[in-house]
Amino acid sequence: MSIDRPCGTYDSSYDQDMAIVRTRLQWILLVVGLLFLFSLPLYSGNYILYMVNNICITLIAVVGLNILMGYCGLVSLGQAAFMGVGAYTTGILAHHLGFTFWLALPSSALMAGIVGVLFGLPSLRIKGFYLSMATLAAQFIIMTLILNAESLTGGASSLSVPAPRIGDFVFNSQSKMFYLIVPLTILMIFFAKNIVRTGTGRAFIAIRDNDLAAEVTGINVFSYKLVAFFISNVFAGVAGCLWAYTMRSINPEQFTLIDSVWMMGMVFIGGQGSIAGAVFGTIFIRGLDELVRTVTPSLPALIPQLKAENVIGFGPVIFAVVVIVFLIYEPRGLAHRWEVFKASYRLNPFTY
Amino acid sequence: MNAVLQYLATGIMVGGIYGLIALSIVLICKATGVFNFAVGQFVMLGGFIYYTFANLLGLNVWISFPLSLVIAFGAGALVNRVTMQPLIGQPVGTQMMVTLALISFINGITLVIWGGNIQVIHNFLPGDVVRIGNTTFSSILVGAFTIAILVFGAFALFFQKSKIGLAMRATAESHKVAQARGINVRLIFTLTWALSALIAAVAGIFLGIKVGVAIPMGAIGLKAFAAVLFGGVDSVLGAIVGGLLVGIIETLSGGLLNPWLMEIMPFIIILLILIVRPGGLFGQKRIERI
Repeated sequence: MSIDRPCGTYDSSYDQDMAIVRTRLQWILLVVGLLFLFSLPLYSGNYILYMVNNICITLIAVVGLNILMGYCGLVSLGQAAFMGVGAYTTGILAHHLGFTFWLALPSSALMAGIVGVLFGLPSLRIKGFYLSMATLAAQFIIMTLILNAESLTGGASSLSVPAPRIGDFVFNSQSKMFYLIVPLTILMIFFAKNIVRTGTGRAFIAIRDNDLAAEVTGINVFSYKLVAFFISNVFAGVAGCLWAYTMRSINPEQFTLIDSVWMMGMVFIGGQGSIAGAVFGTIFIRGLDELVRTVTPSLPALIPQLKAENVIGFGPVIFAVVVIVFLIYEPRGLAHRWEVFKASYRLNPFTY
Repeated sequence: MNAVLQYLATGIMVGGIYGLIALSIVLICKATGVFNFAVGQFVMLGGFIYYTFANLLGLNVWISFPLSLVIAFGAGALVNRVTMQPLIGQPVGTQMMVTLALISFINGITLVIWGGNIQVIHNFLPGDVVRIGNTTFSSILVGAFTIAILVFGAFALFFQKSKIGLAMRATAESHKVAQARGINVRLIFTLTWALSALIAAVAGIFLGIKVGVAIPMGAIGLKAFAAVLFGGVDSVLGAIVGGLLVGIIETLSGGLLNPWLMEIMPFIIILLILIVRPGGLFGQKRIERI
């Protein structure tokens, strides 16, 4: 661990040694960053807030997925569907039964977690590619069930969700939701960061690196795999709950396979087995996606020779090219580059 | 009884097309270890290329069919050269992410070149329906099924008899050993991608005649994922059987039980099969117990 310490920082107690924020610079950056983040609604428009909310919700789901994929080595292609479980649990509870936010949030998390354990059961026998395909099956089965349970979920048409309220305060706009979503996101990331440092997290890493060796050292591989599925899906459930409350109207179109697959993409591009990586990956992909969406409408003016409806196709092409070029030049993900940067910063001015 | 027979027969025919797409996935997966998520897009691209020759340029089927296959072959090789080769030696997951980006890329390119409308390819097969006993088939399905069987036969021969086929099998077994024995592994990778794109194009052309080509067609890849799962990701024989099984289960459950079960029934059965036989029906058995 010594390489992780900045020059001249010596820990004199275990508390200090285990702290997440340890140096003065980190404290300053944290406080400035948080101040900037929480003052954002004061000087930015609805669009930016919508984007930040959106990114934060995805972030929760992706951080959860990274615990499952990056730490426990179990690839899941159903994260969007599990998020859908959370969203629809919230939707049904709030729409039909009038649950409040504080009740809907834990029940969504729990529900998604239980469904995750159910679909994690095949991990008893299968791993790697086949397991990822079992979760692909989960994606289809869950979304088809939601689509066809029309009396509960509204089927293909949307299910409206009332705005969340805490006490008398109603969170009915993006800027108000911002103050609900961002603290929860920070809390969840902190939670994830700590989980992977506990005995459970170490067990996950042992299973990922060599499940046979893990079993021999006395780790109950199967139950830990289920725990990983549960934790990952609790994150997805929380994300789904927040999504339902932010969008205020949910339908199965919002939780497709391609969303699941891109969440996996965010974990890969960010860097597996790194909470910071999940954050980077999500911001990178979502940001790029949004950038392409803003640029695309102005493309037809640049190429007047082609029909406007065809030129729109350049949007996804640009997106894909950036991702491919990025993967070719940074195959280990953004987290790797971040580590390299941190290491060189710490060793400065020496080059070893 | 007659209805069951009819569904069964239709399922087998449709399954032939799924089997082709599954074969396209299995080829790449076996040789390079990469799972090609963009296979549905290759199918669609093949359909559009044929559409360009047959409908837009009005060429004869005997010219446009081989021409489209040649172009699809080249496109597959190009994809491998530009996106996959720089990533040799990197984690396989990274390469799978690239195939994910390819979905976006091919969809975008298709939109730019051919637009977003659905295009139906001219049917070059004679007659509308074929009758065998009490069951009827559309001639397109029969044609597709025949071609699928021919392709499978050709590949079985190719892998068994030809020197390149042998080299491909050796590469699938072990990259290092194959390289040490003087096989040009990079060339084999390129060839694998090219052949895989070619097979996908064949499936795309028949699907284009049956339901038309459009961008949502890429979703057909999902059916092939199911087929691959049935058969096991490293088995060529499994791809055929898996494809047929998916076709049969789909039409039977859709026709006899409930239409909305059609999409998920194969996956439900797969979950059960995976629990009993973790490597798929024909997958390699690994001796490993924990």
